[in-house]
Amino acid sequence: MSKIKSLAELESLRESITKQRDPEKTVITICGGTGCRAYGGDEVIAAFEEELKRHGLTGKVDLRITGCHGFCERGPLVVIKPENIFYQRVRVQHVPELVEKTIVNGKLVERFLFSIIGGDRVVHEEEVPFYARQKRLVFGNNGLIDPTNIEDYLAVGGYAALGKCLSGMSPEEVIDEVKASGLRGRGGGGFPTGRKWETTRKAEGDARYVICNADEGDPGAYMDRSLLEGNPHSVLEGMIIGAYAIGSHQGYIYVRHEYPLAVRNAQIAIQQAEEHGLLGQNILGSGFDFTVRINRGGGAFICGESTALMASMEGKVGEPRAKYVHTSEKGLWDQPTNLNNVETWANIPLIINNGAEWYSSIGTEGSKGTKIFSLVGQIRNTGLVEVPMGITLREIIYDIGNGIPRGKKFKAVQTGGPSGGCIPESLLDTPVDFDELTKIGSMMGSGGMIVMDETTCMVDIAKYFINFLEGESCGKCVPCREGLKRMSQILGNITSGKGQEGDIELLEEMSQFLIDGSLCGLGNTAPNPVLSTIRHFRHEYEAHIKDKKCPAGVCKELTKDGS
Amino acid sequence: MKTVTLTIDGRELQAETGQTILEVARDNNIYIPALCHNEAVAAYGACRLCMVEVSRGDWAKLVTSCLYEVEDGLVVKTNTERVNNVRRLVTELLLARCPDSEVIQDLAKELGVGEPRFTPEEGNHKCILCALCTRACQEVVGASAISLVNRGVNRQMATPFYAFSDACIACGSCAYVCPTGAIDIEDAGDTRKITMPNVTMEFKLKQCKTCGAYWAPERQLAHIIKQADLPPDAFDDCPDCRE
Repeated sequence: MSKIKSLAELESLRESITKQRDPEKTVITICGGTGCRAYGGDEVIAAFEEELKRHGLTGKVDLRITGCHGFCERGPLVVIKPENIFYQRVRVQHVPELVEKTIVNGKLVERFLFSIIGGDRVVHEEEVPFYARQKRLVFGNNGLIDPTNIEDYLAVGGYAALGKCLSGMSPEEVIDEVKASGLRGRGGGGFPTGRKWETTRKAEGDARYVICNADEGDPGAYMDRSLLEGNPHSVLEGMIIGAYAIGSHQGYIYVRHEYPLAVRNAQIAIQQAEEHGLLGQNILGSGFDFTVRINRGGGAFICGESTALMASMEGKVGEPRAKYVHTSEKGLWDQPTNLNNVETWANIPLIINNGAEWYSSIGTEGSKGTKIFSLVGQIRNTGLVEVPMGITLREIIYDIGNGIPRGKKFKAVQTGGPSGGCIPESLLDTPVDFDELTKIGSMMGSGGMIVMDETTCMVDIAKYFINFLEGESCGKCVPCREGLKRMSQILGNITSGKGQEGDIELLEEMSQFLIDGSLCGLGNTAPNPVLSTIRHFRHEYEAHIKDKKCPAGVCKELTKDGS
Repeated sequence: MKTVTLTIDGRELQAETGQTILEVARDNNIYIPALCHNEAVAAYGACRLCMVEVSRGDWAKLVTSCLYEVEDGLVVKTNTERVNNVRRLVTELLLARCPDSEVIQDLAKELGVGEPRFTPEEGNHKCILCALCTRACQEVVGASAISLVNRGVNRQMATPFYAFSDACIACGSCAYVCPTGAIDIEDAGDTRKITMPNVTMEFKLKQCKTCGAYWAPERQLAHIIKQADLPPDAFDDCPDCRE
C-alpha cells in the first residue's frame, strides 16, 4: 500500500473500495468481541468458514468478523446482510442448518430469531427492542466492520473527518468546533473536552502529548474495551485530529494488558494507518506529523487516574499526585499533556463530520451527544447500550434492558462504577446527564450501570464496593488507605450482626472526611456507595444494626439458621 | 519570580511565586501540623494533616498546603472546622494504626482527639507510611536502599524482599527524618544495628587508626570517598584525631 498524500487521494481510495463492494452481496457478520468469543464465538466462526466451503460459497458469500454488537446476553450473534437477519445464541452445531436454510435457500430459521416476550419473533436487527431505543452513533459501526481491516473503516466514511481537518481547518477552528459541540469527557470527569484541548495547546512546553486512556477498570464495565476492540480506527482518528488541534506529535494509548484483543486490534490499526499515511510523517500530505504508541498497563485500577497513569508511563509506581497544576500544563514528562478516554476520542470524528450544531442538538442542556453504558446485573438484556443523553434511567432499564428477570422487583441501579451511587426506584425518571446524576448522589462515571433486584442487600453492596476500592487504593494518603480500611471493617461488622448504634453516623463522618481529605479522585468519590445507600436505604442499615436482620436475606450471620 | 500578597488567618503576607502555603506559613510563624513534610525532600502530600481552607471570591476548598503554591489574592484559613475535622480523623486513624507512637499520642492531645473509635492495630510499630525515609534515601542519599512495597492497606516500608539491603550504606538518614521514631539505630562495639519495621540489618563500623574508636559505618565512608572522589585513606582517622 502506498501512502495517501492528499484528501483527493483518500477520497478516490474510498471510492475504489466502495465500488468493489456489491451492496447486494450476502455478508455474514459474526460478533468477534470478547463476550461472544467467551460463548464460543471462535468455533462458530470456524464452522461458518467450513460450511461455506462445503457449499462452494467461499468468496461468493462474505464472512466478516466484527467488533462487539452490544447485545452480549444473546451471544454469539450473527447478522446476515444485506437483509440484517438477526440470529442469536448461535452455537457450532447450529451453523450447518443456518447456512443450508438461510444462505443457500433463503429461508429463515425461526428458533434463532429474537422473540419479544409475549410477542412474535423479529427478523431484523433494527426491530429488536434492545437496539430500537438506542442511538448508536459511536458504537454503531462496531457491527458493520472488521476492526482489523482499514478498508472496512474507510468504506463507512472513516478518516473523512481527519481529511476535513487537515485540508481545510486550522487547529483553532477544530478546537472551536469541539468546544461548540459541548462534548464532555466520557471517562467520568465530564470536563469539557474542547477547553482541555485549548489549555494544552496554549500551555508552554518543549513537546505536547496526547493520551488515550483505555485503563478501564470498573467492575462489570467494558465499553472502552469493546470500542477499542471493535472500532480502533475511530479512536485513532479522534486522536490524530486532537493531536493536530493541540499541536502534538506523539500520542499514546494506555491500555491494560488484560485486554489482549484490544491491544492487538489497536496495534493492527496503528500499523495500517501508518502504511496508509494516516499516521507518521506528513499525514495526508499536510506536513503534520504524528505517531501513536501503545503502553500496556499492569491492570491497577488507580492507573486510570490521569496522574497515576502518567507516573506509570514514566516507569514510576502508579500513584497519583495532587493536581493543583493540571496535566494539561504539566503532565507526562512534565510536558503539556491532553488525556481523554477512549469513548471521548471516538466521538471526535462524528463532531467534525456532522458539525457542532448537529452534535449539540442531541442530549440535554449540559450533556451533549450519546453515552455508552455497560448494562449489567439483574437485568434481562445484559449488554452495551448507547443512548442519547437525557434518556431516563427507567427507559434504559425497562425499554432497552427489558426489566428485571425471574419476576423479581427492581431495587436499585448503580451508575458510575465502584464509586458511583445506588439510585432507588423513586428516582428512576432522572435523566442521564452529568449534573443530574451528581445531584442525586451518583455520577455518570465512565458508564457502568449495575441493576439490582429485591434480593440484593444494600449494606452488602456498599461493603462490596468499599472492599473493592480498599483493594485498589494505592495507599499513599491516610484518608483513603486507613479510612477505607476502617469503613470496610464497620460495614463488615454491620453485615455480620456486630453493628452498633452510631455506626451509620460514623460512616457518614468518615465519608465526608474522605471527600475532603483524600489526595485523588479515588478517595474523594469512594464514599458514594456508602452515602447513597444510607441516603436511600437507611432502613436496611437500621435493620442490620438494631434488629440484627438482613431484610434481603443476604447476610449469612443474620439469617435464622446462619447459612 | 514575582511577589504576591496573600492572607493567612487574617494576616496579610508577602510571598514569592513558587512558594507553597506551608512554606509561607512557617516563614511567618503560623503553625500548620505536618508529618510527611521535610524541606530536604520534595513535597509529597500523603499525611493530609497540613490541609488548609483556601477561598477566592465565593468558593472555598480544602487544599494540601505543602503542595499548593501561593497566588496573589489567595485567602487561607488554617483553623476552620472543616480543616480540623480532617486533621482530627487523620490523627485518630494514625493513633489506631500506631497506638504506641508518642508523636501521634502528642498530636492527638494537641488536636483534642481521645480514644480512637477504631480497634487499635496489633504489633508495636510506629510507621505511618509517610515515605520520608524512602524519599530521603532516594533523593538525598541517592542509595534507594528502601522503598514502599505492596499497595493500599498492605503498603509497607521495606528493603527489597525484606532482606539485608546491599544498597544500604547505613548512614541512618531514614531514622533521622522519620517523624515517629519508627526506625532505630544502635551502635555497639564495631557494629551498627538498624531496626526497621520489617527488617533488622547490621553493619560494620570503621575503627580509627589513631584512637581505636569505632566512629562511622564503613559503607557510608566508602560511599563518600567514591562520591567526592577522595583518596582511599581519607577516613582512616576519626574527626577527633584528624588535624
